[in-house]
Amino acid sequence: MLSKRVIVCLDVRDGKTTKGVKFQGNVDVGDPVEMAAEYYEGGVDELVFYDIGASPRHKEIMIDVVSAVAKRIAIPFAVGGGLRTTDDMRRVLLAGADKVSIDTAAVRNPALIVDGAARFGRQCIVLGMQAKRVGESARIPSGYEIYIEGARTPTSLDAVRWAREAEELGAGEICLNSIDADGTQEGYDRDVTRMVSGAVNIPVIASGGAGTPEHLRAVLTEGKADAALVASVVHFGTYTIAEIKRYLSDHGVPVRMNW
Amino acid sequence: MPEQITIVDYHAGNLTSVRLAVERLGHGAVVTSAPDEVRTASRLIFPGVGAAGAAMATLKTLGLDAALVEYARAGRPLLGVCLGAQIILDYSAEDRTNCLGLVSGRVQLLQAPEGVKIPHMGWNEVVQVRTHAIWQGVEDRSQFYFVHSYAPVPEDAAALGLTDYHGRFVSVLGQDNIVACQFHPERSGRVGLRVLDNFLRWKP
Repeated sequence: MLSKRVIVCLDVRDGKTTKGVKFQGNVDVGDPVEMAAEYYEGGVDELVFYDIGASPRHKEIMIDVVSAVAKRIAIPFAVGGGLRTTDDMRRVLLAGADKVSIDTAAVRNPALIVDGAARFGRQCIVLGMQAKRVGESARIPSGYEIYIEGARTPTSLDAVRWAREAEELGAGEICLNSIDADGTQEGYDRDVTRMVSGAVNIPVIASGGAGTPEHLRAVLTEGKADAALVASVVHFGTYTIAEIKRYLSDHGVPVRMNW
Repeated sequence: MPEQITIVDYHAGNLTSVRLAVERLGHGAVVTSAPDEVRTASRLIFPGVGAAGAAMATLKTLGLDAALVEYARAGRPLLGVCLGAQIILDYSAEDRTNCLGLVSGRVQLLQAPEGVKIPHMGWNEVVQVRTHAIWQGVEDRSQFYFVHSYAPVPEDAAALGLTDYHGRFVSVLGQDNIVACQFHPERSGRVGLRVLDNFLRWKP
């Protein structure tokens, strides 16, 4: 049986892993390469790195991080943040990433999904979605609207519709972040996850709100997610990956237990 | 003296992780699209992701199809990975493609009921159905990382490992000097590296 994946997300700012709450007040939590190696040894199934750097050299710094990570781990990892062209994608893939994650750039330029999938294969293209609960309306039938630019700018795109469209354009996977739940550690938004996962035939990674292993269990079962993203809950040492996976396994969620 | 490993590049996906995994296991790696280098390789990895039709077309354009057949017939070890584990068979239903025919059989779309997600993406168990050098030190039912929509259907005797995704499929196959895995050993953690290391030591 296919296992549910536990994925650790590392936000990287100019070579350091940082963690913020609701896109504000980031604190440095460590060296991304060392952290990646520790999570790999600790049983994580996959990693995602987001470049949130702002310095003039942040792209080059990120490539160095990706190259160093690729030499240390032997599990899949994705890289996102500031990838606007297929050449941007190519650079991180050649440095050793397996997948690229695009979010704002995909909304602004949906052809990027098409071109990326054609050039590197669908399995490479992860669509990042920032969804905010806004209430159902004619414009937003699912009640969840897509935001871009670090969750600051509304787009008038309905989350479920955008997920379906992106799948048709060639996205291979969706990483669905709930803006409302992000950073709260009060649990994932199971409703939006279930809706989006049920609407597409590609894997959906739930993101935003993990505070306890029970939150992962809930989104991986009732929320129909194929994978769950965690950050603060492991970065700050509240739980280890092994503890989370043991809990999931004990509660009947298929996960990889030997690593 | 560590052996030089040849990795076939036919523009079907990113080979960085395969190369790094080989290097990490203490070998040199040459990534090449040159038919002569493939023909004369001492140990060959044939990776790849993407669609069978485009992959076969590129192999032909580059003259790699004949080189791969010649290499395989010489009896030296060959490891197919992912798409490379599919197009070593006779035929793929993906794009209705005639393939290399190094192993008898065909490739078909994963058989999954309505509502089941395709591609099969993530970690899944491999049940070892035949002893083979690549299984040395690898626990039965270990999990490996998969990303694919099609799977090989070799003649029965070639199956080395089976995986269940709403139905069983052959995830590892072997015949003479050829072994092939549908999963990505270079992205399957310690156990994947062990399979790769076993291949690199294998003397068929």
